[in-house]
Amino acid sequence: MRSAGEGMPLLRAVACAAALLFTSALAVAGESDPQDFTQIKNGQYLAILSDCGSCHTVPGQRRFAGGRPIETPFGNIVAPNITPDRETGVGAWTDDEFDAAVRKGVRRDGALLYPAMPYNAYAKMTREEVVAIRAYLNTVEPVRHAVVANTLPFPFDIRTAMRVWDALYFTEGVYKPDPAKSAEWNRGAYLVSGPAHCGACHTPKTLLGGDKTAQYLQGSKIQGWFAPDITGDKARGIGNWSIAEIAAYLKAGHNQVSAATGPMGEAVSLSTSRMKDGDLNAIAVYLKSVPGRQDTARPLPADDPVMTAGAAIYRDACSACHMLDGRGISELFPSLAASSNVRSDDPATLTRVVLRGARSVATAAEPTSPGMPSYAWQLDDAQVAAVVTYIRNAWGSAAPAVSAQDVARERSQLASRPD
Amino acid sequence: MNEKGLLRSEFRRRDLLAGTAVLLLSGGLGRASTISGQLPWQPNAGDPPVRVKAGPWLFFSGDEGRAIEAISDRVIPPDPETPGGKDSGCAVFIDRQLAGPFGEQDGLYVRPPFQTGMKNQGDQSEGGPRHNYRSGLAALDKACKAKYAGKEFADLSDSDKDKLLGDLESGELKLDGADGKAFFAEVIKDLQMGFFADPIYGGNRDMVAWKMIGYPGTRYNYLDWVDRHNERFPLPPVSMTGRAEWTPKAR
Amino acid sequence: MARRLPKKDVVIIGLGWTGSIMANELTDEGLDVIAIERGPWRDAPTDFPTNYMQDELRYRIRHELFLRPDQLTFTFRNKIDQIALPIRNWGAFMPPNGVGGGGVHWNAETWRFLPSDFVVRTHLTERYGASFLPDDMTIQDWGVTYADMEPYYDQFEYLCGTSGTAGNLNGQIQDGGNPFEGPRSRPYPTPGQAQPFGPTLFAKAARELGYKPFPQPSGNLSKPYVNPLGLRLGQCTYCGFCEWFGCGNYSKASPQTTVLPILIRKSNFSLRDNSEVIKINTDASGTRATGVTFVDTSLQEWEQPADLVILSAYSMFNVQLLLHSKISQPYDPVAGTGVVGRNFTHQTISSVNGFFDNKKFNFNPFIASGSIGMCIDEFNGDNFDHGPHGFVGGAYMGQVQTGARPIETTLVPPGTPKWGAQWKKAVRDNYLSTVKPGTGVHGSFYSYRDVYLDLDPTYTDRFSRPLMRMTIDLHDNEIKQNRFMTDKFAEIIKAMGANVVDKQYRTAPYDITTYQTTHLNGGVVMGADPKTSVVNRYLQNWDVPNLFVLGASAFPQNAGYNPTGTVGALAFWAAGAIRSQYLKNPAPLVHA
Repeated sequence: MRSAGEGMPLLRAVACAAALLFTSALAVAGESDPQDFTQIKNGQYLAILSDCGSCHTVPGQRRFAGGRPIETPFGNIVAPNITPDRETGVGAWTDDEFDAAVRKGVRRDGALLYPAMPYNAYAKMTREEVVAIRAYLNTVEPVRHAVVANTLPFPFDIRTAMRVWDALYFTEGVYKPDPAKSAEWNRGAYLVSGPAHCGACHTPKTLLGGDKTAQYLQGSKIQGWFAPDITGDKARGIGNWSIAEIAAYLKAGHNQVSAATGPMGEAVSLSTSRMKDGDLNAIAVYLKSVPGRQDTARPLPADDPVMTAGAAIYRDACSACHMLDGRGISELFPSLAASSNVRSDDPATLTRVVLRGARSVATAAEPTSPGMPSYAWQLDDAQVAAVVTYIRNAWGSAAPAVSAQDVARERSQLASRPD
Repeated sequence: MNEKGLLRSEFRRRDLLAGTAVLLLSGGLGRASTISGQLPWQPNAGDPPVRVKAGPWLFFSGDEGRAIEAISDRVIPPDPETPGGKDSGCAVFIDRQLAGPFGEQDGLYVRPPFQTGMKNQGDQSEGGPRHNYRSGLAALDKACKAKYAGKEFADLSDSDKDKLLGDLESGELKLDGADGKAFFAEVIKDLQMGFFADPIYGGNRDMVAWKMIGYPGTRYNYLDWVDRHNERFPLPPVSMTGRAEWTPKAR
Repeated sequence: MARRLPKKDVVIIGLGWTGSIMANELTDEGLDVIAIERGPWRDAPTDFPTNYMQDELRYRIRHELFLRPDQLTFTFRNKIDQIALPIRNWGAFMPPNGVGGGGVHWNAETWRFLPSDFVVRTHLTERYGASFLPDDMTIQDWGVTYADMEPYYDQFEYLCGTSGTAGNLNGQIQDGGNPFEGPRSRPYPTPGQAQPFGPTLFAKAARELGYKPFPQPSGNLSKPYVNPLGLRLGQCTYCGFCEWFGCGNYSKASPQTTVLPILIRKSNFSLRDNSEVIKINTDASGTRATGVTFVDTSLQEWEQPADLVILSAYSMFNVQLLLHSKISQPYDPVAGTGVVGRNFTHQTISSVNGFFDNKKFNFNPFIASGSIGMCIDEFNGDNFDHGPHGFVGGAYMGQVQTGARPIETTLVPPGTPKWGAQWKKAVRDNYLSTVKPGTGVHGSFYSYRDVYLDLDPTYTDRFSRPLMRMTIDLHDNEIKQNRFMTDKFAEIIKAMGANVVDKQYRTAPYDITTYQTTHLNGGVVMGADPKTSVVNRYLQNWDVPNLFVLGASAFPQNAGYNPTGTVGALAFWAAGAIRSQYLKNPAPLVHA
């Protein structure tokens, strides 16, 4: 029932929870309790860690009301409404049903969820934590919004096929701490592999969309970007970043080396910028410990014609912000010399940013959010390839060259993207 | 103002860019919008200039174009080091400018009444650049034919051309149907503007004018040169469409 | 029929420097603020990017970032007995348009006025006697002192990250700075910019002549900076595309780089762009503003009610809007009554071009920034004895060459033909070895009885409202002042080693076709006396206490400096008064 008191979700949750006559006893037993403010507060923080809003909220619209299309290699899936609305949201679900969806990938009606919902990561959370999230979601304004979730083309629209996928790629089970490692490392490992589900974007996928576990966190193509290697690899990963720099990037979206944009910008804005400092440090400690690839590339020689052309373009068109030494300006213009994203094997992010421009994320800690202009109109494919190859191989860096054909393909793929 | 009530100036560049996939801010074609919450941004945003393409005159007739080219080679004569006005594209520049928003007096206040004022009150003529060039070139052609037994300006000897232009400049030669002195001053201004503008607009082909004077073009970072006093800056000029060195040489 | 919008606490007319500063201050007070801006939203990566901003034809010659005259212009005449004609294409000045206003395309020359400038009539009368001043000169004291302003100059400079060398720190004169400046409480936030060859040579010559040159205070930053709001600016890279152009790499202080990213994130702030305010509405008594009426691009009229109205458009438009809204009494120069439009001023500008031996001098003049230059202030304000010279006022002067874009900076020595082979050769031979100060001599422009603004009887704008009419000419005082300054400046250019020194005096009549800065001021002047001012010392309108009018329209006369430093300081000063006094008790802050 809607009343003038719409702005009082807690009271409304109380009114709706007539069935829940148990209070603190149930909280102990792992049930969501509308009167337990600690549980709700924990749940709110866990929802931030898990970044539910990134998928379940359409930007600018009602929170958690679903309707946002999630791009997958198989087509778009639309995230459902997880507000407490009884008909179109999850208001009528029991805690068990909610937990089964989040940690087992099973929907209330028994259908299997697609791993666009990262239940294989959320499986690492405890039931208690998921129930706390549920308690928090119960306090959010219910929104009547029916969402048709499955918009995948045949044969991917057959959910029972997910049984096979789960058999291949899904392991149930909460996170097990490694007794040989520190509490901080374990917290970081739990966060990264659990609620923050970093691997969902940063671990490369098989053809069926499962994780290539041998290349854990070594970077992956997603939504027209390349989510870079975030292991301790010094060339392609964040091995050269200090703990403080990693934590600063997650908190502010900016650090001395780089800036978050695109989907990572959103993850910073909605999730990591709101994490506690201790958690950010833990994530940093863990990530730096993850072994990456052990090979090193050799840089292209400076007198290669592509490098010469790229150097000319760089001086004329890029150095006004990224400076002649490639180091940019701390917290304002990324350091191309030190950026691991620049040196990724897959240059999709670098090429995309050069062609389309970019706006880096604004956070309370770093509100400037500088933007980069679009060069698509000014540079042809060979020129983009040259400057991008130069950037990847100058100043002591080394990464595979980019060809004009690579750029042409990227340009045409980007042309059809709405974002 | 057009029928939709929008300013002409809001449409000028959009018309030119019809067919290119450039998105614009402010909710589209310069319409009012409400902005709050975050800085607006779209990919491929911005309004880059449209490159002038070589080809037939868009504004001048064949005869007019020929005359302007001939004038341009006297105002900016060719020499062994640097091409003249014609080869550097200055006449093309003027043609394209007249064909576009500048020729339409886009953005200017062109409401009546048109009254003659003092020189320091600025140009009050109703005509505008297109009118000035049409009438000026026609009047010049007439005067030229009258003085040189039916010859067009482009067919005169260089010294005769210079004499005619000099008389226009001094006011000794008066044109019938145009203010010759003002017209020639306008032509000089426009030719020299085309000579020094970015090559994207049709003149200053291959940055010949910039090379002549030692102007490095659209460079944006001179930090490593601020303290190098009284030294020649050695790098070649670059324009909005780059320079030759931007394209990798074949192996 | 105007459609009525929900009421806001504050409506801000024009989102340039003063509007942005005031919006940020008042949103910090928790007020619900809406800004209405005639032009479009603008931002560096999309509107002045580093790959097509460097276009002299588009932005300098064709004025693309500016207000276009067909949207709004003025009419102009020199004298009251002449017919004013429309300014069909800009020449003498370039009014801004769009979010950021003039703060987008200014040179970022960031000065403070002298202490004597704020009490100029008292000061000059004391020193030289009342009869030393022309009868028709209407200069007056401001109603605030330099000491009042100092903390707010400081606040604006630290907002911007202004680069400079202090000349007077709490009364102690400092080497390398301007020894004539008023005392400042702390150094500039960033050091003075590194100077290229031309200004360095100028400074050497000036020193040899006994002057004390210093780097021009600059909003083009000498190093990366974080301002008090947490916004970051970069380091100026001397691209030479400063005035007329937006800055592509976040190194010029502007509302975009110093305020707007913070402001736009506040939930109690919103902006409507491409919407022109056409009237400030008042109630039946005429003593209370009720809000504004504005028109969007579909010509729909809207009414935005508000409790507090901040008029922060460009100076001229402040005057015009008061006239159209019939707020305060319009100035009548014949009867000598009224105040709106009175004490209208510009800036007295001139320069000297120096042509040097190209075998000995290479200035690389394209290595430049908007406020690059070494200046001297010996002849500004009342820094010297005017007694023998028969004029008042003064100028700073400097080799301030803001760029060398070739359409406008391919000079030839006087006497060279304007076209042909000799012209071409002279251009080639002189480009790199010519000194063409953009701001050579930058002088005061005092106010006069017959220099004013009112509404034109004939010409109208696109809404059929009368255009505003400028009646302005140069008076003997400024002509003499400029002759003196230009001659002094030429001496220094000569001492630099120039072969040919080409003086370009500013002469009468005032010419609407030649650029002489966009520092138009006055018309809504501030003061202690409502008979000679439109707003009080806090920029609050005498007649309508919930209306404040910010900007250079408040200047009772113009001093020999660029105005923006003082404009920014006054905005902070007014904001401070609103926050600490007005909001607690909305009423007149000064009782005349």
